[in-house]
Amino acid sequence: MVKRLTVSLLLVALGLIFTALLLGYTPDSELNQSGRYYAEHTAQDIGAANIVTAIIVTYRGLDTLGEVTVLFLTATIIGLVLKQEQRKHTSKQAQSDSSSELLSTGSRLLIPLILVMGAYVFVNGHLTPGGGFQGGAIIASATLLMLLSDPMRRFSHRLIAIIESISGLFFVLIGLMGIFWAGGFLDNRILSIGEFGSLFSAGAIPIIYSFIGLKVGAEFSSMLVSLSETENS
Amino acid sequence: MVYIAMATGFILILMGLYGALTNSNILRMIISFTIANTGVNVVLVAVGYMHGRTAPILNNAVSVAEASARIIDPVPQALVLTAIVIGLGVTSLMLAYAYKLFVTKGTLDIAKFTELKW
Repeated sequence: MVKRLTVSLLLVALGLIFTALLLGYTPDSELNQSGRYYAEHTAQDIGAANIVTAIIVTYRGLDTLGEVTVLFLTATIIGLVLKQEQRKHTSKQAQSDSSSELLSTGSRLLIPLILVMGAYVFVNGHLTPGGGFQGGAIIASATLLMLLSDPMRRFSHRLIAIIESISGLFFVLIGLMGIFWAGGFLDNRILSIGEFGSLFSAGAIPIIYSFIGLKVGAEFSSMLVSLSETENS
Repeated sequence: MVYIAMATGFILILMGLYGALTNSNILRMIISFTIANTGVNVVLVAVGYMHGRTAPILNNAVSVAEASARIIDPVPQALVLTAIVIGLGVTSLMLAYAYKLFVTKGTLDIAKFTELKW
């Protein structure tokens, strides 16, 4: 009772702070300095139609490298934490709860479509809303569907690890190429910027984002596989 | 519009924190944290919104020349994209540890974990 009262008081105080913030907030009518810089310079400097992509992959590319590293660490730690459980129970894999006919047939139809959709989203990341992280999440949803339709399926951890490390390696290599042939680390102008708004434009952004997409897809898949291998396996 | 989105975000944060502080089941606490996380993201996106402007993608509708007068601030959107991905990583880590705790103790009730209690 005392606990609940304390929590309520605390949240009321926090709510008052939030209300004060909300009442004192006036929306900007102009872009601020950094926003205006990105809006005016993205088209000729980076060549990407999607300004958010230009910020994530090129202007703040180093942050994205850090973000991908955090995801990699998460996937590794989950694999490490859940590892011993897998080994203990591997003997009783024989139990068969096959999923329904509808789910298994439907997933055979849907999985290739989902994979193509994911690839489309990360290849077009510099033109449309979307990009490597979104495409990677879509690809991981195909893995999730495979796991749902056949819970006993075993994915090759080695294959996921190979895709993940190769795409990470190429991401860093393309970034390093920017130091030698363009303005700096992760500079996208190692390739020509191309015609604004076409698929092969914005220099190295589509390539970098494709590798990010593969890497994120592999990392999410490895998390899902690690989590699914703990239950009734 | 901005105020509605922001108020929604703040309410989601408060709801999430209330759930995380009052529930004793670890899974419910994890879900509460994801709700609070969503609230933070909604508030951040709302900060970048400006009335009457459109998404920061240059195409036939928004030409390069008038971009700075027509688009909303792209920086909060890039930040929130990062925040969503990191939030997913944190959630999956919490779930993995919750599973591990369940395996060791056989329960998900936080009151039963008394090792660090004082």
